Amino acid sequence: MVALTIDNLAVEVPEGTTILEAARSVGIHIPSLCTLPEMHHSPGACRVCVVEVERARSLVASCVYPVAKGMKVKTNSRRVREARARVIEFMLSDHPRDCNICQKHGNCELQQVAEQVGVREITVPCTDFTVHDIDDSSEALVRDASKCINCLRCVTACAEVQGVFLLTPEGRGFNSRVVPALAKNLVDSACTFCGQCAVVCPTGAIVEKDHTDLVWAALEDSTKHVVVQEAPAIRAQLGEEFGLPPGTLVTGKMITALRRLGFDRVFDTNFTADLTIIEEGNELLHRVKTGGKLPMITSCSPGWIKFIEHFYPDLLPHVSTCKSPQQMFGALAKTYYAEKEGIDPASIFVVSIMPCTAKKYEAARPEMNSSGYRDVDVVLTTRELGRMIRQAGIDLAALPEGDYDAPMGQYSGAATIFGATGGVMEAALRTVYAVVTGKNLPSLDITAVRGLDGIKEAALEIGDLGEVKAAVAHGLGNARKVMDMVASGQADYHFIEIMACPGGCVGGGGQPLPASDEKRRLRAGALYQDDSDVQSLRQSHENPSIQALYDDFLKEPLGEKSHHLLHTHYTAREV
Amino acid sequence: MEAVAVSLREPVDEFSPEQWGKIDAIIAEHRTKPGALIPVLEQVQGISGYLPEVIQRRVSRGLGIPLAQVYGVVTFYSFFTMKPKGRHQIRVCLGTACHVRGGHQVERRLEEELGIQPGEVDKDRLFSLDIVRCVGCCGLAPVMVVDEDTHQQVKTAKLDQILAKYRDQEEVHHG
Repeated sequence: MVALTIDNLAVEVPEGTTILEAARSVGIHIPSLCTLPEMHHSPGACRVCVVEVERARSLVASCVYPVAKGMKVKTNSRRVREARARVIEFMLSDHPRDCNICQKHGNCELQQVAEQVGVREITVPCTDFTVHDIDDSSEALVRDASKCINCLRCVTACAEVQGVFLLTPEGRGFNSRVVPALAKNLVDSACTFCGQCAVVCPTGAIVEKDHTDLVWAALEDSTKHVVVQEAPAIRAQLGEEFGLPPGTLVTGKMITALRRLGFDRVFDTNFTADLTIIEEGNELLHRVKTGGKLPMITSCSPGWIKFIEHFYPDLLPHVSTCKSPQQMFGALAKTYYAEKEGIDPASIFVVSIMPCTAKKYEAARPEMNSSGYRDVDVVLTTRELGRMIRQAGIDLAALPEGDYDAPMGQYSGAATIFGATGGVMEAALRTVYAVVTGKNLPSLDITAVRGLDGIKEAALEIGDLGEVKAAVAHGLGNARKVMDMVASGQADYHFIEIMACPGGCVGGGGQPLPASDEKRRLRAGALYQDDSDVQSLRQSHENPSIQALYDDFLKEPLGEKSHHLLHTHYTAREV
Repeated sequence: MEAVAVSLREPVDEFSPEQWGKIDAIIAEHRTKPGALIPVLEQVQGISGYLPEVIQRRVSRGLGIPLAQVYGVVTFYSFFTMKPKGRHQIRVCLGTACHVRGGHQVERRLEEELGIQPGEVDKDRLFSLDIVRCVGCCGLAPVMVVDEDTHQQVKTAKLDQILAKYRDQEEVHHG
């Protein structure tokens, strides 16, 4: 341990701790716009975190400066306050001044730090700021490099966390900005659209493409029958947009809010998550029994799909052919539901609420139209839904609890845990066990696949199948490690779950901001609570609405209708 | 960690098999050495004249370094260029002495004559034009350097003659 004083407070911290972390441990919040210790990102780039160290020649960047024995640190001297304000002034002097109408307004760390350090005027000369082209080429993300402050968080998220290595700083000086390799547009690059860059961006330089206008227009169009589905994770995230503590389950209030916004039917992606388990579980059994390609890998996460298409195209036969629950929902809304209710599928407009930016890209993939219509018309992130609810003046916290509509609103606990890393695996193993043995698992909780460890493994004796080996990875950097094992033949698993985002969907690119592992943990906890305490049914095959779907429409898992509507194919892409 | 997969697209090739052979040899020589990227780019640019997308992809794949990182380095150092250079590279000095003694007139005259701006190459890729800040012979100002030749006390009226010398070389070379 190292003893030092910070602002005359005695502090003792482990060797190697930075001054910034040491200060935070005693309740002193030194501002920073670049460091993200959770991601091991401390480039010392923004210089906002400067402090005075006794006998040091100049102010030091506390996010990279380690503590030393007997060190005397001042974090709040006049010299420090003036330096920080000056640093922010310099940043603002080369930044668009459109804060009031910026998508990041209210969630912008540059705004917050400018307020914290007390900048009230910009005294440095600033006749103009550097303008860069806006990249809105993709359905998922918009990059406005004019708002980039070169904190390099997105570069670290893209390379070190996600293993995609797409983003890089380009050029130098005022012309410096972060771009995809060769300054390509995102749509022409190997971007997975996972949106983890947007999650860590302190400003509005990378944001989700806002599609709320399209949804308002559909809701106002009397010829449209507008139905909505929400991903499992939304019920554990949406409360944060309205000041509720992370991990608050708001399922019923969310349903009421959606109904008040004017959706004709409020359905649930959890319904098709249960369906995914039936289809994917049967696909796994089929592969095992017929000597098909193993290990089989999940296909729910569109960022993961784009990743494997670019980086491991040879391994695509390992990926389940199942569409994601979002796309299964869209295809069924325009066939099964349309038939059942006697509604013209051309008039049905499907809106998804997803914790995800890649879902916007997935919905726009050209093959996702097996009903003859685009499966899903518009995808909104959790943040965009929050925006719509605020625009409508709806006070989420005060709403009464609502219930889902039939026939696509009922779900089991197995479906709701899809939103957390390991959830799909746990849900699948519950059902596969029951199908193979005719009995329920002795305990439905498969805790080995829960939690935030990067790669998790589990093995389960399942009747005649013998030992079934499973692996779970979240974050594409971890996916890369697992795929390298598969490529070299070292992976003797039967089934692998991969989610593109750290923590799974609860940590998706569309989540409420700012993000942290603690929030991911709390949101996952809310989903496990929904599974164990709220839902009476905890296995996908027990869902009566799923049984009715097969009886009335699909007939059998992996059958002709399923093949046509619920399964898909993939495309090898270059890097 | 292998971060770079193989490109599926075969680019149109502006470089000769000989040039590619040399480029690949440079990459192969440095493949396992840490910190190889900058020396490789420097030597490759010596062969190819500039570092277009196709070259950066080759270096990225060959060294197992992400394309983004290669591109970041290429755009950071002003020595590296993604724009082609002419067979004859003209550098006009605008250091203090040349600035005072008419370097700008030389620059403007060359821009008119070649129809290009500094940093560009003419459409035959015969001449490219760049500005440099002092080449260390201020007594000879204004100075322009073409390839390895230093031309001293350049007068705008004489520029035609200077350029003609290099054009003639081309004709002899091709004839």
